[in-house]
Amino acid sequence: MDAGRLARTLSRIAHEIVERHPDLQRTALVGVRTRGVPIARRLVQAISASEKRVPKLGALDITLYRDDLTTMAPNPVVRGTDIPFSIDGVTVILVDDVLFTGRTVRAALDELIDFGRPSRIELAVLVDRGHRELPIRADYAGKTITTARGESVQVQLQEQDGCDRVLLLEPEAPAAKPKRGRK
Amino acid sequence: MSLFPHRHLLGIEPLAPAEILSILDTAESMKEILDRPIKKVPTLRGKTVVNLFYEASTRTRSSFEVAERVLSADSLSIATATSSTTKGETLLDTAWNLEAMKPDMIIIRHASSGAPHFLAQHCRPSIVNAGDGAHEHPTQALLDALTLRQRKGRLQGLRVAIVGDLLHSRVARSNLWLLTKLGADVILCGPPTLVPPGIEALAPVTHRIDEACEGADAIMMLRVQRERMSGGYFPSSREYHVRFGLTEARVQRAKKDVVVLHPGPMNRGVEIATEVADGPYSVILDQVTNGVAIRMAVLYLLLGGQSEVQA
Amino acid sequence: MSGNLLIAGGRVVDPAQGLDASLDVLIEDGRVARLGEKLRAKNAERLDAKGRIVCPGFIDLHVHLREPGREDKETIATGTRAAAAGGFTAVCAMPNTEPVNDQAGITRAILDKAAAVGVVRVYPIGAITKGSLGEELAEYGDLKDAGCVAVSDDGRPVESARTMRRALEYALAFDLAVIDHCEEPTLSQGASMNEGPVATWLGLRGAPAAGEAVMVERDVLLAELTGGRIHIAHLSAAASADAVRRGKARGIRVTAEVTPHHLFLTDELVRERAYDTSTKMNPPLRAEADRRALIEALLDGTLDCIATDHAPHTQDDKRVEYDQAAFGIVGLETAVPLCLDRLVRPGLVSLPRLVSLLSTRPARLLDLPGGSLAVGAPGDVTLLDLDRRYVVDPDRFETKGRNTPFAGLSLTGRAVATVVAGRVVFRA
Repeated sequence: MDAGRLARTLSRIAHEIVERHPDLQRTALVGVRTRGVPIARRLVQAISASEKRVPKLGALDITLYRDDLTTMAPNPVVRGTDIPFSIDGVTVILVDDVLFTGRTVRAALDELIDFGRPSRIELAVLVDRGHRELPIRADYAGKTITTARGESVQVQLQEQDGCDRVLLLEPEAPAAKPKRGRK
Repeated sequence: MSLFPHRHLLGIEPLAPAEILSILDTAESMKEILDRPIKKVPTLRGKTVVNLFYEASTRTRSSFEVAERVLSADSLSIATATSSTTKGETLLDTAWNLEAMKPDMIIIRHASSGAPHFLAQHCRPSIVNAGDGAHEHPTQALLDALTLRQRKGRLQGLRVAIVGDLLHSRVARSNLWLLTKLGADVILCGPPTLVPPGIEALAPVTHRIDEACEGADAIMMLRVQRERMSGGYFPSSREYHVRFGLTEARVQRAKKDVVVLHPGPMNRGVEIATEVADGPYSVILDQVTNGVAIRMAVLYLLLGGQSEVQA
Repeated sequence: MSGNLLIAGGRVVDPAQGLDASLDVLIEDGRVARLGEKLRAKNAERLDAKGRIVCPGFIDLHVHLREPGREDKETIATGTRAAAAGGFTAVCAMPNTEPVNDQAGITRAILDKAAAVGVVRVYPIGAITKGSLGEELAEYGDLKDAGCVAVSDDGRPVESARTMRRALEYALAFDLAVIDHCEEPTLSQGASMNEGPVATWLGLRGAPAAGEAVMVERDVLLAELTGGRIHIAHLSAAASADAVRRGKARGIRVTAEVTPHHLFLTDELVRERAYDTSTKMNPPLRAEADRRALIEALLDGTLDCIATDHAPHTQDDKRVEYDQAAFGIVGLETAVPLCLDRLVRPGLVSLPRLVSLLSTRPARLLDLPGGSLAVGAPGDVTLLDLDRRYVVDPDRFETKGRNTPFAGLSLTGRAVATVVAGRVVFRA
């Protein structure tokens, strides 16, 4: 996916969200760190372009909720969760870059529920690459692709990586040329 | 690459500046958990932490206990005044008995310098030093540093005065290591009888508190124990207060936004005047909150880790 | 217990006779009978000394055998076996046993035990004061008659100057040396290592070197006042060596010994080994400047001999927090390899000089038989192999004690045979 496609995809997701949730007052977009956060922000910006009311924006760090923490292994940086509003009775749309096994979303759900009682939780992802290990699905998916398990999908965003694109990489080949935009 | 590639936290001295910063940054990020409606995360679920306190300490121990519970670890506290130690059980036997219950971590406070190192050599769990003799008290220095950084935005280049009984103070040593490693300018002050030999290698020493307070960004007052008088270290608490006590006048010599820290509990009227202790410069409450956050960070960095996870 | 032994083919180094030559040594009835080339003997066992150094048996002036009273730490049997394994043919046993050796009866009991199970010669040292409590003098006459070769309250200093004065005066009557453990107790109270930057960083209370020097100066002046003989035990500080040097220059009868660990280690080791209690002893390991001063003092004759201060402890006594651990390390089995590897090999000390420090001088200091291979001398011999490797393995020590900071060290040079009264009591 190149920058243009990415932008169009996000725009489409934003529209879908607005369609399904006319009452944006009681809606919040919560990005899952790290790349879910700029995506959520862009979605809010896209929505604000056409709507008067805008959903709230939050960020979720799921490091402390992962189900695969083991001792004696490198510890990922804890960046902190920032949800500066009550989520009771709110429709929360979790936003992430890639949906794969579903474990990140499971951790995000656990954490979100420790913050309050949302009326509804939905999931928006830029790319759904299959290989679910838990019964989790995306409500909004920018692009659904089939991948081999060993391959990796890398989302790069201007805010963090300096450019907008999605790469599908072969396994264990650091010097491999990334294939651009898989159909 | 690991943020904190150590099994134990035995002191500040062995840590690299980047490792100290990763503890501070992690604590900063974890603070918000204490503001949530549900102050719990499942990170250390199923891990057991033993708090082995050979010296009485409500403050530090409860701080660790809260940190352990917030992270969902199982916590077991042993205050040895009431335990088998009074029956003459050695430290090693106590530790081995505890080890048989398979804890993941032992947090120890002990009157003998080197007790945590001793445990680390003979036991398998991760060991955290909650204060050993006159040697180190790493989590105290870390929470002091976090408090300073919050108030001042940085540690590098800060002028920090550490005043009091340097000879017997583990807090002074840990803070001295941490502040110099992170680039602060430390000045030490105390009566000559309470300045240990060789400490001038890390920071300049003065016996005049007015000089130490001059232009300071932060003043760290150390507790003076009354027993030091009977040990012949100084003649009376009156003279100590006059010559080395932090009075309002001395605080005025420091910068306008000076911060006064004290590891507690305070001897009002001896090392610190009551007006100063209760005044606007004091950051004691910040220190308490930061204490829990630092201890959560330490527990997470030592016991939490991860393998490759897919989203 | 005496034998006939022909030690053939070795290089005899005997500073007492100014000898350094390839000679055979014939021992008959436990005494040196002949020295010469290509000797032949009919009724003698033969000990092949080809490629070896043949020395008068080494004598350790400062050993704690722990018996009677603390046989859990060491016995006369295990301690003397350790001595033999280390190349020593005689040890002087310090009196801080339980009970303290302050009476002839206890001295005799020690000697009886040594005669029964001892592997090398044991020379008891009696106490300076009753119970080593520092107050009333012990019965030096009786102690000497029973077999004591000197008096000491080792383990403790003699705090009162008056008591030390009396001891020096009284000992003159029996021609006994007074051996003092120099330590000003009010300066070293509560200390578990040397005072200095290392103690500061480790948060441990330290004893300043001045605490030892203050007592050494005192003892030198008292020796001058009384004309008595004072021997400074385990000297560890530069300032102490300085006091001894000045005393000797003034003709005062002061002598001093030094341990191998003080010659080769410093207080930095406590930090390096992270509070390992095998670095804890009294007097403590000192600063590098002190260590260098000790080497100099060894070379210029200020220090008269090397003695180990062998102090075995049970594992329980050492496997505790640093400030609770017992003071002391073992030394009988590591002394000779250390000295050969760290003094002789690098050329700091010549081989004859080392033999003098370990044999000739100790014998002369306390008027002990031995220290020489002259005809008629006791048939006590230490055989050295300068090139044999010795790896310090506490689990294979003869001593009961395992407390050594040298564990795992690989050294070059060791004693490969020990002979007492013509009998081989140890072979490597």
